[in-house]
Amino acid sequence: MELLAQGIREALGLLLSLDPETLRITALSLQVSGAATLLSLLVGIPAGTALALADFPGQRVFIGFVNTGMGLPPVVVGLVVTVFLWRSGPLGSWELLYTPAAMVLAQAVLAAPIVMGITLAAIQQLPQALRLQILALGASRAQMAWTLMKEARLPILAAVMAGFGGVISEVGAAIMVGGNIKGHTRVLTTAMVLETSKGNFAAAIALGIILLAFACVINLVLTGIQQRSRG
Amino acid sequence: MKPISRWGAWLCLAILLGAASKKPLILATTTSTQDSGLLDVLVPMFEARTGYEVKTIAVGSGQALVLGRRGEADVLLVHSPEAEEKFMAEGYGSRRRAVMHNDFVVLGPGGDPAGVRKTKTTAEAFRKLAASEALFFSRGDDSGTHALEKKLWKASATDPAGKKWYQETGLGMGATLNIAAEKKGYTLSDRGTFLALKKGLTLEVAREGDQSLLNVYHVIEVDAAKRPKVSAAGAAAFAEFMVSEPVQRRIKDFGIAKFGAPLFFPDAR
Repeated sequence: MELLAQGIREALGLLLSLDPETLRITALSLQVSGAATLLSLLVGIPAGTALALADFPGQRVFIGFVNTGMGLPPVVVGLVVTVFLWRSGPLGSWELLYTPAAMVLAQAVLAAPIVMGITLAAIQQLPQALRLQILALGASRAQMAWTLMKEARLPILAAVMAGFGGVISEVGAAIMVGGNIKGHTRVLTTAMVLETSKGNFAAAIALGIILLAFACVINLVLTGIQQRSRG
Repeated sequence: MKPISRWGAWLCLAILLGAASKKPLILATTTSTQDSGLLDVLVPMFEARTGYEVKTIAVGSGQALVLGRRGEADVLLVHSPEAEEKFMAEGYGSRRRAVMHNDFVVLGPGGDPAGVRKTKTTAEAFRKLAASEALFFSRGDDSGTHALEKKLWKASATDPAGKKWYQETGLGMGATLNIAAEKKGYTLSDRGTFLALKKGLTLEVAREGDQSLLNVYHVIEVDAAKRPKVSAAGAAAFAEFMVSEPVQRRIKDFGIAKFGAPLFFPDAR
């Protein structure tokens, strides 16, 4: 228990003293997970909407796959992305392994099914009559999809939060494709793993508190946007 | 959405810019060199001197050698002599040089319930551990430490596999030390990691000083003739750096101020 108090003290100390190493890994955490979330939105929202509106044989099975993807184990994604990015792998010539870009890629793979699955459910939950109404007003299919996305913006913002929350807190993929390299690919979660294995438990807890604090601020902002657009 | 996407583009750009520029060099090494803090001192020195950007992947020696075999790392800093010799014999390494050594220690809880301290040799100590059925925590991860531990069990003519008191953590040295301390068990550790973490642990040295407990670290340049994507120049620069006079001196002094004893002893001639 004393460790927790010590962790809180250390977290405050690190933040108030603007410890450069802590600031750097915190900034990298936000950059990597932010970029990954954005990428996953670019893919997940259109894909989720398209899947909701589509009608093809085997659609249910496919939706089942997407829903399974919402729970992809980060370690598996990390390993698969690593194999692709190895020098001897198919994308080896990109020289991305052990870079922040690789972490963005892996985390985007993790977040995309989450965004897609929630978007899918959000669009499907809109009344069927609404689609017909929009089409009857002379909208094209693309315009209809756009209107439906706007209609479903509350759950879609929830998808953003779920995706971001999923990737900023994961460690398995980040440590595997990033390598936890000091000053380069070390983020809050991988630093926590390292501090724990070094026996610096209070430092690890301090980093955990910082992670939660930033995640909380970001979610409050997103929630603000979500609730404002409710009216 | 607009300001958000502009922000995102800016972020992506910043990340890409950050990733580019310097020449990357991938160093696959053991967890002990990282957990002890030695690399935090040496790597920035090397980077400042040569302009390489070292990507240190701290894994067990077994995994480090596999990465080298696949050409996924340029240079290795490892401590698993028999596996290293095999690696060299199979032609995956172009050059292997001794860098430093320390020794392994058998650690156990305060009262030494298994009576290991009274033994004369490490083989006897391991027989005693097996006979007393005291909890023993193995790395179980094909690391250099795990390789030596298996060798020591073999030398003591006991087979702990599958025994209830023999538990494999599958984790790095630091994490395994913490578990052994917490569960009041025995374990085998390199002295460097133990000294670096000693402060928070309740473990004590139960057996030390045998020839069989010697822990030698070698730097191996992965052979670019076999794996063309490997940076031979970078690997050679790093290996040369590790055996150079000033670095060897730095290794000798490392840890004295903080832990009261050196963690590693330089070996390069």
